[in-house]
Amino acid sequence: MKPLLEISAVDMRFTTPKGTFEALKDVNLKITEGEFVSLIGHSGCGKSTVLNLVGGLLQASSGGIILDGREVSEPGPERAIVFQNHSLLPWLTVWQNVELAVKTVFKGKKSRAEMRDWIEHNLALVNMSHALDKRPDEISGGMKQRVGIARALAMQPRVLLMDEPFGALDALTRAHLQDTLMEIQRDLNNTVIMITHDVDEAVLLSDRIVMMTNGPSATVGEILPIDLPRPRDRLALADDAHYNHLRHEVLRFLYEKQRKVENIPAAEKKVAAEKKPDAEVSEAPTRRAVGSDL
Amino acid sequence: MNATSLVSQISARLPDTDRDSLLRYSRQLLRGLGAPLLGLALFLLLWQFAAQKVDTSLGKFPGPLAVAEQAANLYDEHAAERDKAAAFYQRQEDRIAERLAQQPEWQPTRRSYTGAPTFFDQIGTSLITVLAGFVLASIVAIPLGIVMGLSRFVSNAVNPLVQLFRPVSPLAWLPLVTLVVSAVYTSDDPMFARSFVVSMITVTLCCLWPTLINTAVGVTTVSQDLNNVSKVLRLGWFTHVRKIVLPSAIPMMFTGLRVSLGIAWMVLIAAEMLAQNPGLGKFVWDEFQNGSSQSLSRIMVAVLAIGLIGFALDRLMLMAQRRVDWQKGD
Repeated sequence: MKPLLEISAVDMRFTTPKGTFEALKDVNLKITEGEFVSLIGHSGCGKSTVLNLVGGLLQASSGGIILDGREVSEPGPERAIVFQNHSLLPWLTVWQNVELAVKTVFKGKKSRAEMRDWIEHNLALVNMSHALDKRPDEISGGMKQRVGIARALAMQPRVLLMDEPFGALDALTRAHLQDTLMEIQRDLNNTVIMITHDVDEAVLLSDRIVMMTNGPSATVGEILPIDLPRPRDRLALADDAHYNHLRHEVLRFLYEKQRKVENIPAAEKKVAAEKKPDAEVSEAPTRRAVGSDL
Repeated sequence: MNATSLVSQISARLPDTDRDSLLRYSRQLLRGLGAPLLGLALFLLLWQFAAQKVDTSLGKFPGPLAVAEQAANLYDEHAAERDKAAAFYQRQEDRIAERLAQQPEWQPTRRSYTGAPTFFDQIGTSLITVLAGFVLASIVAIPLGIVMGLSRFVSNAVNPLVQLFRPVSPLAWLPLVTLVVSAVYTSDDPMFARSFVVSMITVTLCCLWPTLINTAVGVTTVSQDLNNVSKVLRLGWFTHVRKIVLPSAIPMMFTGLRVSLGIAWMVLIAAEMLAQNPGLGKFVWDEFQNGSSQSLSRIMVAVLAIGLIGFALDRLMLMAQRRVDWQKGD
């Protein structure tokens, strides 16, 4: 089957005051239509850089990304992004936030009434129909993330990109949203790339888990297919031997093969070197602080 | 009978819960109003006391009572002038009607009343001038600020000029503006008086900067996340500015606008005084030159009026800001 999205031989270098920093080296990945792929790895490994490259917010230093037979060169609604801290416009209501996306993407393609139905439909998908006229600062962090997902889905993307969408949420809210996302994905069969730090989340949601090596010069380390039958139930899976085996595989990769060597001075140097690209690829710690006001 | 005992008498007849809330309310009221009233009373006392100690060439410095008396006088003069104007127009209409009765084909010419402007006329003139100057400044500063905030190049190009002209006093601008306006604004039937244009442009030149700087800073603080949203949606430049940039910049922009309006009001009074242009500044200057025993009191009335109007303008801007600002409780 021909892949929908193909990342081939992508290198990513950032120019910093201290010289060139190579974040990614020879990243290759093929994703077929309807597939749910998670990217997992230690922080600073360039997961977000990969996502931003696919999103078109960054341009690869060499290599390229092809979606649907066309090279990705700029951001666009066919690669909608769910940002970690929701990124809703604070001066617009829930409804208006989705409306802005729908009006922009379907200008001239949908009638006014069709747009209204489409906005309502997408907000209903994420169970936010009760708060259409609320503004982002009037709803909880989980709700904001739901609206962010609705806005992305409303663009009818070919690939849905999610940058640690549930990272700033408490465990219960996160579980709830993961279930919602699984339902939506079952119904719509979206192609999804999701960044996560959470091993359980990755195993529960994904068809494949792409595990990345530590940076600098990070690349795809191993790809783990998750052949658990769907629909998946988190309670039933908790005692499932195969589920736990897969979970161990990921943990083994992260904590044995790619264990971060915390040699203090060296680590500090590395953090400093990674700061620059990190800020650009939206993994800066301030973002998490903003999103964590549940 | 003082207020507290009145409250307690009323409250004695109310059910307990009502009484509690009434007492609490009156206590809040006392605390809210008490301090400002006390401050005002102390100020008036100090003023009265200090005024007696100051001897000027125009007599003793006026105390609060003398000033209040002159405020009333100014109002009476204004009312008298209005009556005179009304009487003038009445006479004119009568004459025209009389002549038309004799000569129906006669085309009457009507003249407008040319009495000296009163204190309140001057307030009106000043308000119109300051608002015109402020609006003109905003029309220039807001778009330029947005472009500066969006483009590093434009910002770098304009910034030195801003830094250079921002500290310039209105009094330094005034001679230049007067000469340039006199040279350029020549029309037999001008839409605006030349003095009005001079005052307005001086105000504009001086109150441009806070709005400009704050708008530019407000635009640069648009969060990177929202910029990314805009990129993913492929918003056009204009839509991006309207939907993302402007709303983000509004809180900062309004802070700038408020400062600008305050500066505009201060500058206008100075400009009117120096240029002898109609307005409150001219009123103050005329009274100073006049040098009657009442002049100091009348200037004091003007000072208080200037303060009150400045305060009112600031409140109006604050109300406008609250209406358009999406940030709650700010």
